[in-house]
Amino acid sequence: MTRVTVIDYKAGNLTSVLKTLTHLGAETVVTDGDLNLVESAERIVLPGVGHFAATERLDRTGLTGAVRSAIARGVPFLGICVGMQWLYSGSSEAPNQLGLGAFPESCSRFTESTEKVPHVGWNSIEVRNGSRLFAGVEPGEFVYFTHSYKGPVTADTAAVTQYIETFAAAVERGNVMGVQFHPEKSGETGLKILRNFLAWQVKDAPC
Amino acid sequence: MLTKRIIACLDVHAGRVVKGVQFVDLVDAGDPATQAARHAREGADEIVLLDITATHEGRQTLLDTVRNTARELFVPFCVGGGIHSARDAEQVFEAGADKVSINSAALADPALISTIGASFGAQAVVVAIDARRDTEAADPVRQAKVFVHGGRKPVGRCAVEWAREAQERGAGEILLTSMDSDGTRAGFDCELTAAVSEAVSIPVIASGGAGTVAHFAEVFGRGKADAALAASIFHFGVSTSRGLKEELAQAGIPVRLPC
Repeated sequence: MTRVTVIDYKAGNLTSVLKTLTHLGAETVVTDGDLNLVESAERIVLPGVGHFAATERLDRTGLTGAVRSAIARGVPFLGICVGMQWLYSGSSEAPNQLGLGAFPESCSRFTESTEKVPHVGWNSIEVRNGSRLFAGVEPGEFVYFTHSYKGPVTADTAAVTQYIETFAAAVERGNVMGVQFHPEKSGETGLKILRNFLAWQVKDAPC
Repeated sequence: MLTKRIIACLDVHAGRVVKGVQFVDLVDAGDPATQAARHAREGADEIVLLDITATHEGRQTLLDTVRNTARELFVPFCVGGGIHSARDAEQVFEAGADKVSINSAALADPALISTIGASFGAQAVVVAIDARRDTEAADPVRQAKVFVHGGRKPVGRCAVEWAREAQERGAGEILLTSMDSDGTRAGFDCELTAAVSEAVSIPVIASGGAGTVAHFAEVFGRGKADAALAASIFHFGVSTSRGLKEELAQAGIPVRLPC
């Protein structure tokens, strides 16, 4: 059984994520500031809904540094929703709050248009070649989104979605992964993606 | 492409799914967890569990029901009925709900919307509005009035204006029920739904009046709804989500077809 350290930074409810990881056979531990749980982590999940400014708590509690070290050690990391946006250098939602900077770009709000913002509901994803997180996910499978800010499409983008513009539905580089949608709420497709994360091994990494 | 959502609604009383017409002649329709899982499997995009008891004694039963239902449910799950405070909402979230739907409590204390949103995120707060056209107003649709207590008691507010305020206060979605259409199975109130949907940028879920597949196509088109609630259409065996969605897809409505 794999153990997953789930980081709680008081941005929304963790119940759904914990329940889903447990359903998939993982053992979960939650930390809102105990750095030992990050230092000894086998895998880390950073969920999160709401405002990018809430990630300030990660800096204040020292979790940002602990996560950075864990990632450098090769611990598989998955950020969900705001947890994915935090992997970038920042977001225009809270310009004074820095992200982790694992990816150098910034997140921004959807461009003004006649379409509604937030983007809420089931939308299809197109997986880019070589993504390990999306192994077995067919083109056009649907996942559940709810967000107003999004990451840009770059070389690290693992899947894209179209709404108002094409944006990064997921980002992935080695052991660092993030999904803009909610895999824990995305039916069988979401479970498949989380299973891939739970099965991710460093030794599988390409040279 | 972003799809239109079909939301299955389960009315729950004392831990069981019930069906009835206008809350009268309730008939047992099964276990909520089993029914929710079945709807999700058949392609429902989301599940709403509506506690129609909403009494003090029923709260613990409801929380058990939410917990059991959430355990094996991997699509968005909203719980409504009897949520009067941030504490009520918190308990429902802890039991596994992703969203709460609040109605009369939000009208009585609009700050409740932002209080819940601050802790759980705007996406977790659905403001339910029961509205009826005002036949005496200059514009019966745009001046449709908000009602509480099952559509019996007017609160003296316009639905469009209340939806806009709810959004400003941080609601994530509006669940709009037409009290004129509810229970008729003669179609959604598309004009009312469109008026509310055009007034806000958050999603509007249409409710009340579904009887045929064509009604859903109308409310997604002319009614500008982002999602539609389906309750009795499933209960009475008219259709499953899968059947409904296959027909909607043929009519050119973007829907998520289950695997």
